[in-house]
Amino acid sequence: MDSLSEYFQSYLTALESYDVVGAFWVNIQLAFWAALGSAVLGTVLALMRISPVPSFRWAGASYVNIFRNTPLTIIMTFCILVLVFQLQLNLSSDFDFNFFLWAVVGLTVYHAAFVCEAIRSGVNTVPLGQAEAARAIGLSFLPAARMIILPQAFRGAIAPLGNTLIALTKNTTVAAAASVPEAAGLMKTMIEFRPDVILAIFATFAAGFVLIVIPIGLLTTWLSTKLAVTR
Amino acid sequence: MGQPLVSLKNVNKHFGALHVLQDINLEVTKGEVVVVIGPSGSGKSTLCRAINRLETIDDGEILIDGNKLPAEGKALAKLRADVGMVFQSFNLFAHKSILENVTLGPIKVKGMKQSEAKELAMSLLERVGVANQSQKLPAQLSGGQQQRVAIARALAMKPKVMLFDEPTSALDPEMINEVLDTMVQLAKEGMTMIVVTHEMGFARKAADRVIFMADGKIVEQATPEEFFTNPQSDRAKDFLGKILEH
Repeated sequence: MDSLSEYFQSYLTALESYDVVGAFWVNIQLAFWAALGSAVLGTVLALMRISPVPSFRWAGASYVNIFRNTPLTIIMTFCILVLVFQLQLNLSSDFDFNFFLWAVVGLTVYHAAFVCEAIRSGVNTVPLGQAEAARAIGLSFLPAARMIILPQAFRGAIAPLGNTLIALTKNTTVAAAASVPEAAGLMKTMIEFRPDVILAIFATFAAGFVLIVIPIGLLTTWLSTKLAVTR
Repeated sequence: MGQPLVSLKNVNKHFGALHVLQDINLEVTKGEVVVVIGPSGSGKSTLCRAINRLETIDDGEILIDGNKLPAEGKALAKLRADVGMVFQSFNLFAHKSILENVTLGPIKVKGMKQSEAKELAMSLLERVGVANQSQKLPAQLSGGQQQRVAIARALAMKPKVMLFDEPTSALDPEMINEVLDTMVQLAKEGMTMIVVTHEMGFARKAADRVIFMADGKIVEQATPEEFFTNPQSDRAKDFLGKILEH
């Protein structure tokens, strides 16, 4: 009993000396901006992949095949080691914020490929007749896509988009490779300096991510039934 | 009589090895109601869809009101706005209300003001008898009601010609007449119509000319009276024998 409360005390002091909540907040911010970025880029890519112009389709498919099949760690370290250190491409004069922004870029270009494919799977839930009817009243490709196809495709793609968002949220830990002070990086530091409570530290960070990710899953499940298009 | 409103000259189309449209020549004048009948696979739906380029053609030419059907882009979109299309499966925009389905084209394609488009849409919905459903979603309406909305949606673009691609084939029997009545009304008002259908009653009642297609060719064309009482070709006799005997 004594040793258990002792362990708990050491765990509490470990928690107090590190800003765990602050580190998770960085992950949430990374996830938010990268989700926004990849939603926009992914939609553009999906439009390219369903467009009537062959070169756009080819470019969209090439992007997806390159970035979906490259490990995120490689993209992230490429951003930092090549783009920042080698080529001196800085997005901000602030040293830390620069890394944060590059981490968002890395997460965005990688997950945009998955968002694109999720939206494309949503497009497949929209009957061909919807596009034909849109064309028949005189809408050209972009207006038809914007007003008729994509609104229905998004509703059909909520579940796969939710999966992508969950993966993205957990993948923000790869930003540790870009020296962004987020949860996974902090966990490594804490384990190094407080190996006495290593089990509790692992449990804390695992629980933290579970807490962040569960609402995303609940929300997307709820949305996908609520917004389903009845035919 | 001036130039034909719709004109097809030596139109050919293949689906792989299948020659679905073989040297089709057809002219439809303003105000004419042409009914296209024939066995399935005869190319009649393809013909109908080719007229507003939902199907491309391999060679030949299609003219609408003297203008050659453009290949792609804005010019094609503009021309399609002049050609109303009613599909077998209605194809109402599933995420938009009945009213929005009808106003979308006038507002987004023709740049009509919202209030004006709404007024136009309501009068058209009134005319096809579904004005009281205007706030519902398509899935909440019966098939017959949906198809009448689809007719109103096409009419809202003030088309020069209306194409009907088997408009009653997906309907329950008791809903067929409400749609056919709307179409007969439209024909009486002078709309130029090309109708692909299996409804021989409609052909008798409203058609100026019946076109009989088989195996990708126009086999025979005549007035409904002539065609139904005295078909010339064996193919047409055989077809009519099968559908009219019982």
